[in-house]
Amino acid sequence: MRLGRAARATLGVITGIVLAIIYLPLGIVLVNSFSTSQALVWPPPGFTLEWWARAFTNQGALDAVGTSVLVALLATSIALVLGTLVSLALQRYRFFGRDAVSLLVILPIALPGIVTGIALNNAFRTVLDLRLGLLTIVVAHATFCIVTVFNNVIARLRRMGGSLEEASADLGAGLWTTFRLVTFPQLRSALLAGGLLAFALSFDEIIVTTFTAGSGVKTLPIWILENLFRPNQAPVVNVIAVVLVLLSIIPIWVAQRVAGAEAVAR
Amino acid sequence: MDEAPAIRLRSLTKSFGTVTAVDALDLDIRQGEFFSMLGPSGSGKTTVLRLIAGFEQPTSGTIELFGEDVTSRAPFDRDVNTVFQDYALFPHMNVLDNVAYGLRVRGMGRAERRERAREALASVRLEEFAERKPTQLSGGQRQRVALARATVVEPKALLLDEPLGALDLKLRQGMQVELKEMQRALGITFIFVTHDQEEALTLSDRIAVFNEGRIEQLGTPQEIYEHPVSPFVADFVGTSNLFDADEAKRMLKADGPRSLRPEKITLADAGKGLPGTVSEVIYLGTSTRILVDLDAGYRLNVLEQNVAGAATHDRRGSKVVASWSPADVVELHP
Repeated sequence: MRLGRAARATLGVITGIVLAIIYLPLGIVLVNSFSTSQALVWPPPGFTLEWWARAFTNQGALDAVGTSVLVALLATSIALVLGTLVSLALQRYRFFGRDAVSLLVILPIALPGIVTGIALNNAFRTVLDLRLGLLTIVVAHATFCIVTVFNNVIARLRRMGGSLEEASADLGAGLWTTFRLVTFPQLRSALLAGGLLAFALSFDEIIVTTFTAGSGVKTLPIWILENLFRPNQAPVVNVIAVVLVLLSIIPIWVAQRVAGAEAVAR
Repeated sequence: MDEAPAIRLRSLTKSFGTVTAVDALDLDIRQGEFFSMLGPSGSGKTTVLRLIAGFEQPTSGTIELFGEDVTSRAPFDRDVNTVFQDYALFPHMNVLDNVAYGLRVRGMGRAERRERAREALASVRLEEFAERKPTQLSGGQRQRVALARATVVEPKALLLDEPLGALDLKLRQGMQVELKEMQRALGITFIFVTHDQEEALTLSDRIAVFNEGRIEQLGTPQEIYEHPVSPFVADFVGTSNLFDADEAKRMLKADGPRSLRPEKITLADAGKGLPGTVSEVIYLGTSTRILVDLDAGYRLNVLEQNVAGAATHDRRGSKVVASWSPADVVELHP
């Protein structure tokens, strides 16, 4: 379809405006991380590297990053294992209550975080008598991280159909061998995509985390929220934000490369 | 015959919900036989194949392979291999690894299985494609890889699920010859599922014609073609002039339905026979199909070979007399 000159110009302008709305604020954060003002005034009165130096020696921030990475890794691992298993069960077998299970697995991603948070908080403290901490955050995050893995894996299973696995069994491979040599290699990129998304969801989650973290454990989003309005810490928060933006480019880049490589192979 | 049949099915039944796909089937397939299961889609032939392979569990009945009851065994525990309709080649492995897969999961060492896989690829003339991915092959080449992969593990019987369905006509005819040769060379039982009656007639030692989960007729290609037992078989295998009980009584002076093959009919300008008018002439290359409206009220399908000296002028509208040998009129059992 060919576009006229005017249409092209209009669409170009709209695209520019949308991208500006998304990326200008991120640019402001970047600039502010070098600002000499502690109150985030605009335009910055001067520039300094002090906050960057402070951020990398700020024990609270570093601990929070460590906690968040650990939580996200654990929650993603749980989601990868359970999400793959439930996808296989729902896609490859027929059993009573199959549709109900399918709905119940997806539901947590649609539930308001505050509901999940209150519910888990209640269950953990009163019914299960657990102390809130790292473990409870990981379990809480896994409830919705499973969904991204599940969605990716079940879509892939649906597309690949059952005949590859039948061919493998036909040629003499047992269940586990078939999974290892045929099913898993087919799922690899779906697991990567679902896992990256799960990691990202967990890493910046704040509502459910607030209700399941207790007082001792601070993930990065909680640390940022607590420090954003403290005069001494605000610029450090900006530095952390810039680092996170740079870090989040990596998984997106990896995911796009994987998708691109698959498209070429097909 | 003391030799156990390659495959013995007894009262084999498979239901999906309320649908009975296979209905109390009894069947013996001999060792070394090229056996075709022929029928329209939904007739249960593919389900029978999947039951033999072990991909489906029967609702009731038993399956024996070479005298051994395998009804409850898993697919990997049965000495038969399948060539799938969509080939089902592993897309993440190259051609050689695909062919070597069955040997690999049986625990054969890398060097030996690659050697054996190369030999199998050579037998289907694909050795130079060993390093390619399946997506880089044509349909016919994929088909041959699937054959090599299934035969390299030396099964006692090979199950083929419409393996030529996706190929174009020329390629399909070539593969038919190749399949027949391969079966003779390996000397194992081939069980071939197809909806293409010509293919079944060309390849098979025996054919089972399937209809609605049952075998309508079992016999050699010649028996099936020359002596169809029911209107369904007469109509599905080749082309037939079917006469129901009433028409048979009126025109053939026969009791009960009859079938008459178009090529058994002779047309003449005059003489003994049933008179009629040529309504359509369709030129088919080696033969010509002529539709004759009999005065008795029946449209007769006639096939004439275009031998030297055959009529070439347009005969539409001309009066003819159709005759045939009474021996070629086949009695049907509805």
